[in-house]
This record gives sequence, C-alpha cells and structure tokens, in this order.
Amino acid sequence: MTNPQSVDPIPASVAHIAHGELGFWRTYVFTTDHKTIAKQYLSLGLFMAFVGGYLAYVMRWQLAFPDTSIPGFGFVGPETYNALVTNHGTIMVFFVAMPILLGAFGNFLIPLMIGARDMAFPRLNMLSFWILAVSALLILTSFFVPAGGASAGWTGYAPLSARAEYTGVNWGINLWLLAHALEFASFLMGGVNFLTTAITMRAPGMTFFRLPLVIWQLLTASVIFLLSVGPLISAAVMLLMDRLLGTSFFVPEGGGDPMLWEHLFWFFGHPEVYVILLPGLGAVLEVLAVFSRKPIFGYRWIIYSTLTTGFLSMIVWAHHMFVSGMDPRLVMPFSISTILISVPIALIMFSMILTLWKGSIRLTTPMLWALGFIAMFILGGLTGIVLGSAPVNIQVHGTHFVVAHFHYVLLSVVIFGGFTGLYFWFPKMFGRMMNEPLGRLHFLLTLIFFNLTFFPMHAVGLAGMPRRIANPLQYEFLAAVQPLNVQITIMAMGLIVAQLPFLINFAWSIVAGRKAEPNPWEAATLEWTAPSPPPHGNWGEAIPTVYRGPYEYSPPGVREDYLPQDRALAARSAQEKR
Amino acid sequence: MTRMAAVSEQSSLALRGKIAIWWLIASEVMIFGGAVGSYILARAAGPGWSAEAAHLSTSLATINTFVLLTSSMTMAMAFASYQKGDQREVRRFLLLTILLGLAFLGIKAYEYTSHIMEGDVPWSGSFWSFYYALTGLHALHVIAGAIVNFILFLAAGRGLSTGYRIEIAGLYWHFVDIVWIFLFPLLYLSY
Repeated sequence: MTNPQSVDPIPASVAHIAHGELGFWRTYVFTTDHKTIAKQYLSLGLFMAFVGGYLAYVMRWQLAFPDTSIPGFGFVGPETYNALVTNHGTIMVFFVAMPILLGAFGNFLIPLMIGARDMAFPRLNMLSFWILAVSALLILTSFFVPAGGASAGWTGYAPLSARAEYTGVNWGINLWLLAHALEFASFLMGGVNFLTTAITMRAPGMTFFRLPLVIWQLLTASVIFLLSVGPLISAAVMLLMDRLLGTSFFVPEGGGDPMLWEHLFWFFGHPEVYVILLPGLGAVLEVLAVFSRKPIFGYRWIIYSTLTTGFLSMIVWAHHMFVSGMDPRLVMPFSISTILISVPIALIMFSMILTLWKGSIRLTTPMLWALGFIAMFILGGLTGIVLGSAPVNIQVHGTHFVVAHFHYVLLSVVIFGGFTGLYFWFPKMFGRMMNEPLGRLHFLLTLIFFNLTFFPMHAVGLAGMPRRIANPLQYEFLAAVQPLNVQITIMAMGLIVAQLPFLINFAWSIVAGRKAEPNPWEAATLEWTAPSPPPHGNWGEAIPTVYRGPYEYSPPGVREDYLPQDRALAARSAQEKR
Repeated sequence: MTRMAAVSEQSSLALRGKIAIWWLIASEVMIFGGAVGSYILARAAGPGWSAEAAHLSTSLATINTFVLLTSSMTMAMAFASYQKGDQREVRRFLLLTILLGLAFLGIKAYEYTSHIMEGDVPWSGSFWSFYYALTGLHALHVIAGAIVNFILFLAAGRGLSTGYRIEIAGLYWHFVDIVWIFLFPLLYLSY
C-alpha cells in the first residue's frame, strides 16, 4: 500500500483532449479534467457568493432601517425576511463554502499534489459537479415559486418545517430539501472520489507522511462528511415524507418527535463546520510554510490533531441544543467534548505561529491573508469556548452573539482561508500572476470592514437582540443598540464593496496578468513542478518521483533555500549528508 | 502499450473500485444507521407499538429473507464463476441473482398492497411511517443493485469483460442484504 504503482499510462480520454479532438462542450462544459472541474466549482461558488451577499445586504438594510424600501429589492415583510435569513445561511454554507473550499481546492489540488494525472473517477467527478449545478438551480428557483423561498431557518427545525401550513411556504421548502439531497449526493460522490484518488494514485515515493497537510485536511474533511451526512439524508427523507405524505416523524400531534430532527440535523451540522474549516486551515498551512521559508512546525502533530478534530467533531453536536429541551444530563458531556475540541485546534494554531517564528517572512498577498486568518480565527475560536460552556450558552443562545461567533469562525475560513488559497494557487490555475497592490488593498479593506461589521455584533447580542427578527425596533429594549445596528449595516456594505478590488484583479489577471513561471513562489510541493497552467494529464511523459516531505525549506547544504519534493540529491552529496 | 502495463492498469482499476465501494458502503451504513437508530429510539420511548407490528406477516418476511440470502449466494457464485473464467456460468448466476431480487420486491409489493388494503398507510401512525420509510429505502437499494447486476448481465452477454466489476457489485449487493438482516428482526420479530 505504501508504494503505489509506478506505471500510470495517460488515459485515452485525456490523450484525446490533449490533441484538441474534443469540441468546446467536452473541453469546457462537460469536461472530465479535474482542473477544469475545479474552475467550474470555483465559478459556481463565486456566483452563489453574489447571491448570498445580496441577501445579506437586504437583511442588513432591513435591520438598520426597518420597513423602508430597500434599494434594489423593495419592502421586506417578516415572511420575506425569514426566507432571506434561511437562504442566506444555506447558500453561504452549502453553495459557497463547500464548492470553493472542498470542491474547487480538492479537485484542483489532490491530483496535482499527490502526483496523479487526474481523479480516480473522472466521469463521476463531472457528474458530481453537474448534480451540484442542478441543486444550485433548484435553490435559486425556490425564490420564485408561490409563497417564496424556504423560511424555516437554515437548520429547518421541525415541526415548523414539517407542515406546509406552519410556515405558509409549501414548494419553497420542498425545493430547498430536494436541493439539499442533491447537494449531499454530489459531495458524497466527490468525497469517495477524493479518498480513492489519494489512496490509490499517489506518485512513486509519495507516502502518506509525505503528503502536504492540505491533502490530509481535505481527506479528513471528506471522511467526516461521508460519515456524518447519512443521518441527515435519512432525516431529509423523513421530513419530505412528513411534508408530502402527511406522516408524523417530527410532528408531536401524530406521535412524532421534533427533537429527533434537531439531533439528526446537528449530527451532520456540526461536523459540517469542520468540513469547511479543515481545507481552509490546510491552505493557510501551505502558504505559511512557503512564505516563512521554514518547514511546518510539528508536521505529524498537525496530522494527528486534524484526525482528532475530525473524530471529536462527530460527538459535539448537541451543544447547539442546550436550550432545546433535551435531557439536561446530556449538557455536561457535550459541553466538555466541545471545549475539548479546542485542544487539537489550538495545537494547530500554535504550530502556525511557531512556523512563523524566526522565519524569513515574505509578505506577499497570500501570506497577508494567511496572517489575517490566524488573527481572525483565534478571535472566533475564543467566543467558541465561551459558547461551548453551557451556562453562558444558555444565556446568549439565539442572539446576535452567536451570529458574531459563527461569522468570525466561518468567514475567517471562507474569506481569509479561501482567499489565501485563491491568491496562492491562482498562478497555477490560470497561468498568470495576480496584481499584488490590488490584492493588498483587497486584504486591507476586507480586514477593516470585516471587524467593523462583526465585532459590534457581540455587543448587540449581549444586549439581547435575537438572531432572526425582521424588525428590532418592535422591542423597546433594543432601541439602545439600534445605532450599532446601523453601523453594522454600513460596514457590511463596505465589506461587500471591498470585494471589488478582488473582482477587478481576478478578471483582469485571467486575461492580461503577467505570465506565471511554473514555480513563482519557490514552493516545494508537487503541483509547482507542473507547467502553469498544467496541461491535460498535468505532467508530460513522466510522473514526478517523490524523494522527501513537502516542506523542505532552508535545508542546509543546498544552494536555493528549498528542496522540491521531486528532486533527487546527487548520490555523492546524499552520502555526505549521512 | 505492453501487456504488462495493461494488466497493471486493470488491477489498479479493481483496487480503485473496491476502495470506492467500501467508502460508499460506509456512508450508506450511516444513512441506514440514522434511520434505524431513529426507529429504535422512537420505539423505545413510546410503548404500544406492538399491536401495529402484529399486523405484519412474519411468514412472508421469513420467505423474503430466505430469497434475499439466496440471492447473495448466487451473487457470490457469479464471482466464483468469473474467477474460473466461465462466462456462461457468470451470466446464469447474475440472472438468478436479478430474478431473486425481483422476487423479493414482488413479495414486498404484495405485503405493501395488503397493508394498504387494510388501511395501514404511511400516515396511519408512527410505526407505519417507520415501516414504510425503512423498507422503502431498502427496496430502493434492492432496485439499484438489480439494475447494476442487469448491466453486468448485458455486458457479459456481449462478451465484454465483467471482471472486477462483479466483485464490486457483489460487495454492494451483500451490503443491501445485510441491511435487511437488521430490518427483519427490528420490524417483524420484535413486538
């Protein structure tokens, strides 16, 4: 198992593409090339980010200036607000974070970093993406059916979601559920593909402990997704039966139990956080090593921590349910496991900081984003510990404090981790460099507006503002925090506008950026040994052979300050080293 | 392309397929685990389900269990024939597996029909909801497995190598079988 086959001939389909024998449709749309599929995931994620951002803008406007006409939308009533808040969450988690961090990064990086020509199942890979595309189409369609989009919250709590008459939304929620089912099917197939590829198709010499950390984290994310999504799939089937057939799995009048839905939902919902987090962490780790010119501090410990995190993430779910009315004896164990999970994560954060320690740091754009990630994620992690302890949790449950917490955690992963990876691998993906000054401007503006948007939410939440109300002014005690709400809204718009430099940079660089060399960042991992952008099949005649771990930066006795994974030292110097 | 390279590609394809199907089965275990776990917990929490469970026909389900277990055996025999290189036997056993799967579905359909005629529909109560959901989900898997086996049957008929694919389809078929081994006592035998 440790040494995969050295003979890996170029598959016929790949060879055909290389000769340009496939037309436009097979090359760009129904493609089996993992790099093009990665770009498709990326495009889908970026497009859905516009939709989710637009919903956020409408919601924030409504909260700052309730019941005024919103430019570009119109009036928002409580029902519409419910649909906005539901779909904002669903779209951002399932159609932005997962396609970009797992879909795009996983598809692009796994074959390139392990030294494979493509995924294990290229056609299954294509199918995964197109199922996701149909799923995204369903969620977009759900806004336009009678009674509007799904409105039971992104968690779809029963019994609210279990009968159409409870929310007044029938097809909106049905489509929302179907979109979820397809989304899960898509990422299940993707996860099977990722794991099979990494287990069976590594280049000669690429042992498991020579894999880059981002691969370990993508694989761990795939495993916890595979193992946690099942119960939610069966729960979704039951909920759909409740809605369409009138069964009572989750409806108390018919003998059902609404708590069952909560358990099944969060059994998946909490690991899902780590499905998103781990690939982001991985991207940051790669970037930190390259731009500190130092080996990662504690490579194996990070792997063990990642696996521990993955395991613990499966047994913390009920911390979302401390006030749900479940058996109070469950509170303490789940509180403990929740706080326990901060140990492996803290270990990874310390490894990141110690990787920086005494490094020769190069402050490129990806490095800035990676540093921003560390700072922002620690802030989010700290409120995570606060929320993990049951007494505080019960006090602030369902307030904007929780909103602030999960935006600090998830946005630090999706925005800071995502842009770390995107700026770093852009040259490899598109063969051109991005503009550095624009990238720095993008980082600076995002960092400022991100904090000005979400930090005050802690205060608003502690003052008692609930998460999902359409009009804070209907409560007298919230009048005091309304100025803060207005500030948050203005800053949130700033955060959206702050993405303009990126969009300009991205579009301009794809077309007219400076051509990238194969290894512009002087990085040691395998993807940088392929041309930029890599051709179909990634490498020419021969797959690279791997001789060492992924982070050999500043090794003694070498002229450059790094040793690529595929470089064999001359026999003589190797003997001298011994 | 040398023969060696072709052989190694074939064996690595088999390995890939096998690893993928095991991951798929792992996720399927969690799907059925969620549903079966919910059923057990719901049933443990609320008494008075035995009256409804008594409406099920244990004898029909016992026959069905026998049918499905036999189909697992014929599936294994199809694989054994493939290893012996007897393509005709492969076809025969695949066909037998498919027919036994269809027989299972037929008996299941008869059971469903008789319940519905007696007025026990999915929305008649918690037991019936779980009964239809669990057996329905399982029946969908039987249908999927039968379709896969049918594709292999056609491929074998056209002289194409069914090769390692029989083993992979067999792993899935046995898994579907094992799920039934859990459903049968939980639904039919526990009053």
